[in-house]
Amino acid sequence: MHTALNTIRTTPILSVKTESPTVKTYTLKDKLCAKAKPGQFLMLWIPGVDEIPLSVMDAENDRVSVSVKAVGDATRHLHSMKPGETVGVRGPFGNCFTEASGKILMVGGGTGTAPLLFLARRLAAKAQRLSFVVGAKTKTELLFLNELNAVCTEQSVITTTEDGTYGLQCLVTEPLGKLLAETRFDMVYACGPELMVSKIFNLTEQHGIPFEASLERLMRCGIGLCGSCVIGKYRVCRDGPVFNAAQLSEVKSELGISKLGFDGARIPV
Amino acid sequence: MSHNLLSTSLAGLKLRNPTALASGIMGYTAESLQRVVDGGAGAVVTKSVGAAPRMGYANPTIVQANCGLVNAMGLPNPGIDEFVEEIAHAKTILQAPLIVSVFGYSAEEYAVVAKKAAAAGADALELNVSCPHVKQTGSEIGQNPRILAEVVAKVKEAVQVPVIVKLSPNVTDIAETAKTAVKAGADALTAINTVKAMAIDVDTALPVLSNTRGGLSGPAIKPIALRCVYDLYEAVETPIIGCGGITTWQDTVEFLLAGATAVQVGTAVALENPNVFHAINRGVTAYLKKKGYGSVKEIIGIAHRT
Repeated sequence: MHTALNTIRTTPILSVKTESPTVKTYTLKDKLCAKAKPGQFLMLWIPGVDEIPLSVMDAENDRVSVSVKAVGDATRHLHSMKPGETVGVRGPFGNCFTEASGKILMVGGGTGTAPLLFLARRLAAKAQRLSFVVGAKTKTELLFLNELNAVCTEQSVITTTEDGTYGLQCLVTEPLGKLLAETRFDMVYACGPELMVSKIFNLTEQHGIPFEASLERLMRCGIGLCGSCVIGKYRVCRDGPVFNAAQLSEVKSELGISKLGFDGARIPV
Repeated sequence: MSHNLLSTSLAGLKLRNPTALASGIMGYTAESLQRVVDGGAGAVVTKSVGAAPRMGYANPTIVQANCGLVNAMGLPNPGIDEFVEEIAHAKTILQAPLIVSVFGYSAEEYAVVAKKAAAAGADALELNVSCPHVKQTGSEIGQNPRILAEVVAKVKEAVQVPVIVKLSPNVTDIAETAKTAVKAGADALTAINTVKAMAIDVDTALPVLSNTRGGLSGPAIKPIALRCVYDLYEAVETPIIGCGGITTWQDTVEFLLAGATAVQVGTAVALENPNVFHAINRGVTAYLKKKGYGSVKEIIGIAHRT
């Protein structure tokens, strides 16, 4: 690891975009993070409050964007911050998705859609078919519908909501059985809650389709030192966050089942 | 062949090589520890575990400094009653000695945790009397000779396995602390824990660590750690484990020459990767061969001139 990546850089928030009632996208100026590849993450310091890992949603020129859901004290505080206010960043950290071609399917749950949108934009030009299943609890929480429709192959964005307020009323994993039976995809990518990832992994395994998923676990140091984010022998921050099917099959006893809590105890996912 | 060159023993523990994982690094789970053994470590030390669960501090818990890291994790741990299961699991898979790091807020607490860890299968214990950033434990124990002696003696009474005492550099004279620990029964000494430190962000004028103060590790502290080991070798007969910024085989050889029987590697596991132990062992082996030594034990302390 280059220590320059791990050195904290303070930078002003350039813009804030409201994506849903609970999700905002923050764009920052940072030359190093602007070189992030889809799947990589950064550590965002909210001065005096906390420092949290966030998947990169977009990166170009000298700018980087992250989408943040207000779920706890740190993210709620971040949601109160405005353009011009100072945050700190270090990274980008972790590995990235491999860039597949041919027929590609992406499955995004909640803010897990953000890194996949970044990937979709990179793959769109060379993909033969780019399909996306995007899910949320309710219509107003569906993320990036316009962006996904613009980047994916015509009529290949499937939306699901748990309450049926938009698209299919089901979990985001529900349409996959049919999709995978109908089309021989060359690669399936997923990012979202670990139970969702686990379900999709099992489906792709049954169909023998290459699969990559970005995992999220409690993360502290972000550089492979503290051991908080481990799954099996892997450190999500350093060996991931993107794992392929072969790696996921090595950690089946934990995937979607258990993780470490803040005190290092094994707790249910 | 090369393993014979590197094999050594420390306070009764048989080590296939003189490297070990330092406490605090990746040390929560048996699988993480196994990963480090696969990476070449001759022994592993767990995260420090106490009598009750601790969440540790809010982030930021680490901050990059020139040639090192400042950290204040805050001793997050699941508590010994939960951790005994991890110890037992680790013992079923690890091919190297398992050293459990223990902390407490009193001599009695150290002894209770140590006893449970040993009963669960720990091959040795390392007493954390040197963490610089949690109140009423760690270095607050190690900096007080009376309490330090009481802690070591109580733990020695409670367990049969070797007891290693990890020393703080944040004292006037580390040799005096070492003598206190040895007199109270320490079977080995680890030198050193992190050096008390901090970082301030100039833009926001705020300390970066949520705990404000933390401990500096990594190459920046290697010369300090080396001097401590050199001093201890002259002060006590007890085996010494060198720790502090060790990244390469050259660093390792320096510590052995200064008087260390073995070394611990921590920060380098993050700044490099868990295979750093293999790289160190290859380099030390080549050095021993080139210099014509038959065992790593032959070079311990030979930098001392009498």
